[in-house]
Amino acid sequence: MGCVEIRGISKLFGSVRAVDQVDLATNEGEFLVLLGPSGCGKTTLLRMIAGIEEPTEGDMVIDGRVVTHLPPRMRDIAMVFQSYALYPHMTVYKNIAFPLRARGVEKEAVRKKVEWAAGMFKIGRLLDRKPRELSGGERQRVALARAMVREPSVFLLDEPLSNLDALLRTSAREELRQFQRRVGVTTIYVTHDQVEAMGLGDRIVVMSQGKIRQIGTPMEIYLWPADTFVATFVGSPPMNLLDHGDTLLGFRPETFLPADAVEGSEGVVTYPFEVTYLEYLGAERLVYGNVGEKSHARHVVSRLPGSLTLPLEAGKTYPFAVALRDLRRFDKKSGLCREEGPS
Amino acid sequence: MSGQSVSIPAADGARAGLLDREGALAKLMIAPAILYIVAMIGVPFVLAVLYSLSDATTGDPTLKFVGLRNFAAALEDPVFRLSLWNTVAFTLVSQCIVVLLSRLLATALLKTFRGKWLVRFLIMLPWTAPISLGTIGWLWMLDSIFSPIDWVLRYVGLLGVPGALLGAGTNLYYLGIPGLAISSIILVDVWRILPLATVIQLAGLSSIPKDLLEAAEVDGASPWRRTLMITIPLTLPITSIAFLFGVVFTFTDLVVVYVLTRGGPVHTTQVLSSWTFFKGIEGGDLAQGAAISLFMFPVLAAVAILILRMARRTEVV
Repeated sequence: MGCVEIRGISKLFGSVRAVDQVDLATNEGEFLVLLGPSGCGKTTLLRMIAGIEEPTEGDMVIDGRVVTHLPPRMRDIAMVFQSYALYPHMTVYKNIAFPLRARGVEKEAVRKKVEWAAGMFKIGRLLDRKPRELSGGERQRVALARAMVREPSVFLLDEPLSNLDALLRTSAREELRQFQRRVGVTTIYVTHDQVEAMGLGDRIVVMSQGKIRQIGTPMEIYLWPADTFVATFVGSPPMNLLDHGDTLLGFRPETFLPADAVEGSEGVVTYPFEVTYLEYLGAERLVYGNVGEKSHARHVVSRLPGSLTLPLEAGKTYPFAVALRDLRRFDKKSGLCREEGPS
Repeated sequence: MSGQSVSIPAADGARAGLLDREGALAKLMIAPAILYIVAMIGVPFVLAVLYSLSDATTGDPTLKFVGLRNFAAALEDPVFRLSLWNTVAFTLVSQCIVVLLSRLLATALLKTFRGKWLVRFLIMLPWTAPISLGTIGWLWMLDSIFSPIDWVLRYVGLLGVPGALLGAGTNLYYLGIPGLAISSIILVDVWRILPLATVIQLAGLSSIPKDLLEAAEVDGASPWRRTLMITIPLTLPITSIAFLFGVVFTFTDLVVVYVLTRGGPVHTTQVLSSWTFFKGIEGGDLAQGAAISLFMFPVLAAVAILILRMARRTEVV
């Protein structure tokens, strides 16, 4: 139970293609993250899976059943909204009970299920409160409990952590992941935050301008970006790209190190690196500068681990290098990666 | 002259004007409103109380106190009792219809469709026209001989031929038969308040976050259940405000009854405000008229308190 299959889905708003010919299938019990900048169509795609938005073309299949034109209540899905969308006039208890009551579940069974869901998210003591009397973190838990209470076959989340402060977000992320592993419900999670995507996803779907750019595990996405968009969108600071004829050479900032620190059994590429600016961030140092000839000098960033204490000064040039195995080649015109990943 | 010699006065050296003194400015700004309320509402209200306790007439407006005699006399008067009953009944019936219709209209106006601006314009029209002119228009519509409504009914065969649904007579005499006259007054009351109520309801409906309705949809609620459990409870405070505003306007209205029926036939459409006017001004018994009008006060005071409490509740949600 719990497989979503998206077949050639497009969504047009007027003449704007918000989602453009997307094909995607989830695995059983998987945590799938839709990642992309704002306006890339990820939320529209999620809303089409939920049934709130109807696709302009294509089909939506959930558990082998075509649901494209079915209303949300006939799809056996649950969704957590970015705003949580708690019903402000109902207590927490009634909020969580709402999906059950809408399905005509009997009163005593509702009470048991609500208590079970509230216990799972540790909000049992909040049941009599109204949403406005809750903190952001508590509201998020209520929204999760309301979504989980009827044990849907697919669980949809639209940036549920974006309204929490940074500290809470980290712990909520961990809890969410553990919870999903425990119940094993197929989950589709939308975010624009790459750290969240990397940390949570079994697989990540990177989207841009309504199209899927790459689908892969966090490691594949990071190490073998399919194109220059993925290479620069994932990772902070982004992948360095250097002009090289009709090719763009890409390497991650943490692989661009002082020449003596690079070990490359398969060879290295060395560049004279003119340092322009340094940032000390505690665990690491970010070194900004230029490589290459003066005429087509390119701006690159290096990320040095805190253990590398080599003194560097702005304005001076040092030999820096990248191991060949860390170098990616992209087609300059199409932006596509020329190598296949090890998978 | 060099640029350096130009002196710019320091900001803290400038004199603080009236605009800087918020306390004084606030008093100045609110003064016209207070003056207006005292002059137009406070003074007449005190006068009404004084008159109601006296035996003043339009011929002799000197105040000679007679205690509560006027109130006792009003209560014994069957026309007064009918007026009181009519006022309450007309108001409640018309406002219940207004709440239902305005909710329907507001729901329709939330959707996008061709010619929406025209529908909006037509709905707002009764509110922009002076009540008296609008009501005179209705007087013609409901005319005993030339009523266009009757004309249409005759044309489609519902009236004026033997065996027709609405009778064989050529006209229905809307304002001449008690039941029809009462219905006509209520109809015009509805027509008049509907625009305001629709605008208020529209504001209420569009203030519900879309997320909430979508969440309810995903949670499995049918359209009917969404209306019943989400939309209605969330818009209840603002719907009540629309209702209470309508109550105030209709409860105190004189024009509709005065223009259409003058309280007739035989006082069957008499309301407190029209009876006050006929007794106090046309009949010349100022004291009696004042006493009758004061019977509206407890109802209006209660409604005003309710409106204020409702307004606070809409802020909290």
